[in-house]
Order: sequence, then C-alpha cells, then structure tokens
Amino acid sequence: MKNYDLVIVGGGPAGLAAAVSARDAGIESILIIERDKELGGILNQCIHNGFGLHTFQEELTGPEYASRFIAQVAERGIAYKLNTMVMDISSDKRVTAMNREDGMFEIQAKAVILAMGCRERSRGALNIPGFRPAGIFSAGTAQRLVNMEGYMPGREVVILGSGDIGLIMARRMTLEGAKVKVVAELMPYSGGLKRNIVQCLDDFGIPLKLSHTVVDIEGKKRVEAVTIAEVGPDRKPIPGTEERYTCDTLLLSCGLIPENELSKSAGVTLNPVTSGPVVGDNLETNVEGIFACGNVLHVHDLVDYVSQEAAAAGRNAAQYIKNGAKTDARTVEILPVDGVRYTVPKFIRPQEMDDKLTVRFRVGGVYRNCSIATYFDDELIARRKRPVMAPGEMEQVVLDKKKLGDYPNLNKITIRIEEA
Amino acid sequence: MSTRELTCIGCPLGCPITVTMEGKEVTNVTGNTCPKGDAYARKEVTNPTRIVTSTVRVEGGVCPMVNVKTASDIPKDQIFACVEALKGLVAKAPIAIGDVLLSNVAGTGVDIVAARNIPAK
Repeated sequence: MKNYDLVIVGGGPAGLAAAVSARDAGIESILIIERDKELGGILNQCIHNGFGLHTFQEELTGPEYASRFIAQVAERGIAYKLNTMVMDISSDKRVTAMNREDGMFEIQAKAVILAMGCRERSRGALNIPGFRPAGIFSAGTAQRLVNMEGYMPGREVVILGSGDIGLIMARRMTLEGAKVKVVAELMPYSGGLKRNIVQCLDDFGIPLKLSHTVVDIEGKKRVEAVTIAEVGPDRKPIPGTEERYTCDTLLLSCGLIPENELSKSAGVTLNPVTSGPVVGDNLETNVEGIFACGNVLHVHDLVDYVSQEAAAAGRNAAQYIKNGAKTDARTVEILPVDGVRYTVPKFIRPQEMDDKLTVRFRVGGVYRNCSIATYFDDELIARRKRPVMAPGEMEQVVLDKKKLGDYPNLNKITIRIEEA
Repeated sequence: MSTRELTCIGCPLGCPITVTMEGKEVTNVTGNTCPKGDAYARKEVTNPTRIVTSTVRVEGGVCPMVNVKTASDIPKDQIFACVEALKGLVAKAPIAIGDVLLSNVAGTGVDIVAARNIPAK
C-alpha cells in the first residue's frame, strides 16, 4: 500500500486549485487522481470564452483557463495519475483505484479532497416519452464530440433545457452549420446565464420557448421529429399546444448532478437539495479529514468560484494534515429560508473559521428588486439589494469572523430573500 | 428620443442596461454596475462585436482538434464569414497557446490564435 498525505480525487478545475493551494500551504506529499487521459476536466471541452474574469482579469477559453492551473501544478512538481479510476474511498481514507499500468491498488491518505465534479441528467432520468432512436445526446456529450473529437452529432437540432451547456451548444452547432430550430425550457425562466441567452440564442435568432417540454420523439433508427408542448403551472403538458419539429438530433441540457457515489461509500452525508456533501466552514464533510470542493459539492455557475472554493479546501486540508481535527465544538448552523434553497457551508465554527468566509447559495425562483438579508438569531446584520436574482446564478454572503465574535451565544444564522 | 434594453455580456453578472439614444447619439446609459457595462452598451447599439471561438483540425498532434479564438472581438455580422474561413484549415502540431493559425480572418484585421497547447504525437 502506498501512502500520501493528501489524495485529490479529480483533476479538473477544483482538483487542480486544491492541489496548488495545499502544496503552497506546505504539504509535500500530494497525489491527484484523474480518470481522463489529461488534466483539466470539463474545461477542455468548453472552448467558448468568458472563463477567468475574476481570477485572471481576462476572458479565457476553458482550455486556456485549465492550462494556467495545469502549469501551476507542473511548476510545483505535484504528482498525478491519469487514466485512473477511483473505485472506493473508505471512511478511514483508504483509496482504492485502478488503471492499466498499476492494476488495482490502494493508497492510505491522511486527508482526501473530493473533486469529482458532476454529470448531466440523462434522458432516462427525465422520463421523456417516445421512441429511443440514435440522435439523442446530452449537450455535454455533443460538446465533447464537436470540440474535441471533431464530429458533428447532427444537422437539424432541437434542444431541451436552457442550462448553460445547452445554450452554448445552440451557438456552437449553428456555427458548425447545423440548424438549431428551438430551445425548449420546462421552467418559466432559463437555467442559464443571461449573457449566454444574448450571445448564443438572440445573436442567431434561435427561439427560446419557456414553459415548454418534449412530449414525443419520433424515429426508429434515427430521430426524425420531436414534438414539444407548453406546460401549465403544474409543469404538465397542456393538450392542444403541441408543435412538431422535424429534426435528426435532440440535445438535453436539463441540469447537472454532483457525482457522489464515492462520497457515499466513504460515509459522507449528502444534502438532498444540492446532492453534494454537507460541509462546514472549512469544507470538511462529516467524515474527518475528507473535504469537498467544486461541482461535486454544489453545482457552480462560474469556474472562478470553483477555483476559490477549491483553494480554500486545499488550505483547510493542509491545516488538518498538520494540526489535526478542529477542536472548537461550538458550531452555528446557517438556515436558508424564504427563497434561499441551500447554503455552502451549512454550518460554521465561529472561533476557527477564516477571517472572511464566503457563503454561497442559489435562489429558488426569479426575484426582482429584492434583498439578501442576513440575521444573527433574530437581529438583522446585513441587507444587500439585488436588482435581479435567478436560479441559474449563484449568490453569496460574506461572514466576518470579527463581527461574529460579538455574538458569543449565537444559535443560528438565517439567510433569506426579502422585498427591498 | 429612444431607449434600448440590453443585457450586458461583459461578464457573467449580465446586468440589465437601458441605453437612451437621440438619433444615433447615445445620451445615457443606466443599469450597468461597472465601466465595462457602459462601454459595452455604447458599442452594442452602434457597432456590436463578438469574440468568436471555434475549432481547427490538427495534423500530427495528440488530439484531432485544437480550439481557437479571434485575438480580439470582430464585428457581429462577420461571425459566419469568420467560421467559414476556418473550414478546411489544418494546423500542424506542436501548437502553443497564442500561435497565429490564420491572420486577418475574413478581412477583419484580426488573427485566429490557438487557445490550447497540442504537443506533437
């Protein structure tokens, strides 16, 4: 059995940033395990620009953003294994992995950072009726085929779901000569960033039909047509509103699910709202020494936030490896209410947290001219006005350790959306 | 006097911006939260531009495709001319980020540069 101080599962943006910050915090023995043939994760197929505005003050493509972190990992000589699949993580941080060179092997780690990312919701999980012909892809699969492997998945396209990958692929397929006929979205609002609706749909005259879903797929060998219909407030199709689109391809961009099978086998408790681990201010899960960051923790809108969060996870894991578990037993829970769906972290240790702690969350609907309010028990502490908030975009509140020091008997922190 | 409602694409915040115009003159910009938004709005109503990203085939590299971008933004109405110019283009590995793969794409005066390192096979 090999030994490492820190094993990082996943070599995407979260794993890379976590590795760099753990090394800079003094941890020498680090191993990144990546199942793909190269580091960088999903960024390698995200060839559009807009990454890194916060981190590097410039707009980079996904591969450029990844290459900067890959270079930082290389400069520091941090070890990594490619083409390697982690099969199991035990609660005492024994990692079982396999690849073609080493076969099956075990590593005993002092700390583990979960950075496995997320995957797309599939057709099976969506329960779309109709035939099951070729030509139905998740938007991310199509993105990989077009951008990395150089294949066109189809010529006439209908897209279900207006998540960012779906919007980006609407433009990408159009630029490659396909006709994108419509983007249908079940919800009354888009799940993607506003800028992507402007740049990817409006620029090319692609219609976005909100409150619509796919009710039939035709074609036995290959998709021949897709029928969409309007849905009511109950999200059930309204009879008589069906529209049929002839097409050869249906792309699905219907949400991302954190990939937590390994976390579960390690005994990590998941939050049913995010499908990611429940973590405290130091991003540690309920299993001592196992930390989580990036899209495996909760699905992010911007990679910049993933990098920030992962850097914190790396620092905290280093702290744990050097000094052991946090001693302060006093925790304060953060309650998400009135439009706030969840928070990461879910609780804080006021005496041991960072001086400034960013609490990230998403809202449950579209809110205009509202405020994000933070309460310490029943006392209003901060109120920040937001012209527009939507579920597609993450929001944040920054907690100040010094301020928390004035409330030694604090029981709970509440974050809620209020009318401005 | 006329107004146009825009969504800023300067960054992912996507600020809702209202531009007030007197004929072809921009007289007021509101709703932006940074100077970038102001600049975007003025440009969007007079001369809209975009960065274009796409892919180019690779010969002799470890990957079959390299992703590319316009080195700066080009006029919006030149987007299709730009991707058309990339058709049939083949880049020889090794390729480094920033390598010019096609200069002055579609007469825009802007180069197509590689946005990914591709080592030779």
